[in-house]
Amino acid sequence: MRKLAAALAVTLTAVALGACGNGTGSTKDDNNTLTEIDYYEAAPQNTQLPKLLDECGAQVGVKVQHQQVPRAQFMPKLLQQASSRSLPDLALVDNPDLPQLAATGGLVPLKDLSTDGLYPSIVAAGKYKGDTYGIAPGVNGLALYYNKDLFAQANLQPPKTWDELTAAAKALTKGTRYGMAFSAVGTEEGSFQFEPFFWTAGASLSKLDSPEAVKALALWKDLVEAKAASKSVVTWTQADVNDQFMAGNAAMMVNGPWQLPTLNKKTDLKFGIVPIPIPSPTAKPVTPLGGEMWTVGHSNPQREAKALSVLKCLLSQDKSLEWSKAAGYIPSNQAAAQQLAQSDPQLSAFVEEVATAQARTAELGTAYPKVSEALFNAIQACLAGGKSPEEALKAAQSAAG
Amino acid sequence: MNLRRLAFVAPAWLYLIVFYLYPLATNVRMGFQDFTVSSFYTGVAPFAGLRNYREVFRDPAFAGTVTNTVLFTAGSLLFQFGIGLALAVFFRRNFPLNGVLRSLLLVPWLLPLVVSGTAWRWILETDSGVLNRSLLSLHLIDEPVPWLASTSVALTAVTLVNVWVGIPFNMVILYGGLQSIPDELYEAAQLDGAGAWRRFRHITLPLLRPVTSVVLTLGLIYTLKVFDVIMVLTQGGPADSSQTLTTFSYDLSFQQLAFGHGAAVGNLLIVVAVVFAIGYLRAERRSS
Repeated sequence: MRKLAAALAVTLTAVALGACGNGTGSTKDDNNTLTEIDYYEAAPQNTQLPKLLDECGAQVGVKVQHQQVPRAQFMPKLLQQASSRSLPDLALVDNPDLPQLAATGGLVPLKDLSTDGLYPSIVAAGKYKGDTYGIAPGVNGLALYYNKDLFAQANLQPPKTWDELTAAAKALTKGTRYGMAFSAVGTEEGSFQFEPFFWTAGASLSKLDSPEAVKALALWKDLVEAKAASKSVVTWTQADVNDQFMAGNAAMMVNGPWQLPTLNKKTDLKFGIVPIPIPSPTAKPVTPLGGEMWTVGHSNPQREAKALSVLKCLLSQDKSLEWSKAAGYIPSNQAAAQQLAQSDPQLSAFVEEVATAQARTAELGTAYPKVSEALFNAIQACLAGGKSPEEALKAAQSAAG
Repeated sequence: MNLRRLAFVAPAWLYLIVFYLYPLATNVRMGFQDFTVSSFYTGVAPFAGLRNYREVFRDPAFAGTVTNTVLFTAGSLLFQFGIGLALAVFFRRNFPLNGVLRSLLLVPWLLPLVVSGTAWRWILETDSGVLNRSLLSLHLIDEPVPWLASTSVALTAVTLVNVWVGIPFNMVILYGGLQSIPDELYEAAQLDGAGAWRRFRHITLPLLRPVTSVVLTLGLIYTLKVFDVIMVLTQGGPADSSQTLTTFSYDLSFQQLAFGHGAAVGNLLIVVAVVFAIGYLRAERRSS
C-alpha cells in the first residue's frame, strides 16, 4: 500500500519535473554550442550549408548544431520554439516570412552588422519597423530557361516580349512536349512565379483586380488554354517544373538559379537563360526577390554575441561568394554579384534582374501572406476552374480584403 | 483501499489529462482568442469572443469547404460501405484462394497513406498518369482528364482514393459480422423458397445492423478527419476545390498562421464529431 503510494508520488514528481525542465532546453546552458535551423532538403544546398557552418563555427570557436525541417513546417516550428523561448541561435528564413517572425519579438535586431553594398531590395526585405532583423547571404530571382536544341531546330530566338513568348510556346508544343512550363501550385511558390508577370504588367499587390493584373493572368490562361502549357501546372512545384524541363517535356520554363547545379549535371541538355519576357519592349522588368535571410534568436548576451560573430563570417564576401557559387545563388553584395556574372555567363540574366527585383513584403509587410494566398487561389481558379481572369482576380481582391 | 484504487486509476487519468484534455481545452480556448504570431513569444492573446467564428463564416472559402466536406464524407461512406459489404458477402462463399485474396485486399489499409497517396498522385497525373493513358488507349476519353488539376474533378479524384483506402476496413468488420450470422437461418430461408436477394434483404441486413452502425459511425469520424490523403494529393487545391474542414483548419493555422481561425474551424469539427458520437452511443444503449 505504502509502496504503491510512494511509487505514484515518484512518477508524479518526475512528470512535474519534466514539465518544468522543458522551456529552458539542455543545449541552451552550453554557450559553446549554437543551434541553427533551415529548410534546405535537397543537394547541393543541404550538403554545402553544414560545411560553411562548421567553418564559420570553427573561426569563432563554437560548435554549430545544424537542423533542417521541411519548408511547410518551418514557420510553425519556429513559432513553437518562440513560444517555449527556445528559438535557434541562427535561422535561415525565407524573406517574405521575415516580418511575421520579427513581429513575434523573438529576434535580435542586427544593429552591429553592416548592410553597405548589398542590394537595397534585400536590405529592405530584412527590415521590420525600421530595424534590420535579417540579412541574406545570397539572393535569387526568376528567369526564363530555354532548350537551345529545340529553339535551333525550330529556328527561333529566345523570346523577349509576351507576344514572342506565346508564339514560341505554341510553336514548340508538339506531341507530349509543351512549349512552356511554370509553377501555379497553391502555395507561395505559385505567387512567386506569377509575380514577375504581374509586376511587369504594372499591377500592384494592393489591388489584385486591376486591368494590368488581368492582363498578366490572361497571358498564363492563354498558354494553358492553347495547350502550350500543361493543365498540371497547378500541381507542379518549381522542382517539378525543373524535372519536366530536364525530361524534355517542356521547351521553356520559369525557374531560379538554384536549379543550375542540378541542370548542369545533365550534360546532354543544352539550355540558355534569358530575363523573363516583358509585355512590351519598353516595359520595366520587375521580378520578385527570392532567397533566405539569417536571423538571430534571443538567448543570453554571450550566446547572441557568438551567434553574431558566426553570422559576420557567413556574410563575409568570400563566404557569401562561396555559398552562392555552390548553392546557385546570387551574392547579395552588388560588387560580388557583378564579378560572378562576368565569370559565369549562366548567371548574367539573374544578376541583371536582381538589380531591379522587388521584395514581396515591401508593400504589405506582415499582410503579404494573406494577399499571396488570395493571389495563388485566383491563379488556380482561372487556370483549373474555368473562371475568367477578371472574375478570379475580383474574388481574390475581396478575399484579401 | 480507496487509495490503492486511486493509484491504479491515476496513470490513466494523468495520461488523459496530459494528452487529450489539455490540448483539447487549449484548442477550444484558442478558438476564442485573437492568437497571432506574436502571441507565441509574448504569451498574450486577447479574448476575441465570437469574432474568429464570424470571420471564418464570412471567409469566401468557407461555404465551399463545408459543401466539399459533406460531399467527400457522404461519397466516401456510401462507396466504402457498399463495396466493402459486397466484398464481405462475396468472401463468405467457399472458393479457392479465398484467404489469400482476402489478405491481399487488406494491403491498402496496411500501406502508409503517404506512400499510397504518392502512388495515386502518379496514377492520376494528367499527361503521363497510367489512368489517363489506359482510358485514352481504350478510347473511353478523347483527351486526358486533369484529375488533380481541375476544380471540377479534384474532389471526385480525392474521394475515389479515399474510398479505395477505406474499403478494407469496411470489408473486414462486415465480414466479421457476417461470420456471426448462423448458417441455419439461410438454409431455413432457402427451404422456404427465399431467393438470394430476399435472404440478403431479410436475414443479412437486419442481423448485420449493429455492426453496420459501428462501421458507419467510425467511418464517419475517420472520414471527417481525413487529412493525409488530401494533403498528399492536392493540398486542398486547385483553388480550394478539394478543401475540407480538416485541411482548411490546417491551412488557416499553419500556412496562413491565423491560429485563432484555425482553432475555430477545429472546434466546429469537434462539435460535429461529438454530435454524431452521442447519437451513436444513444442508439447503442437503446438496442442493448
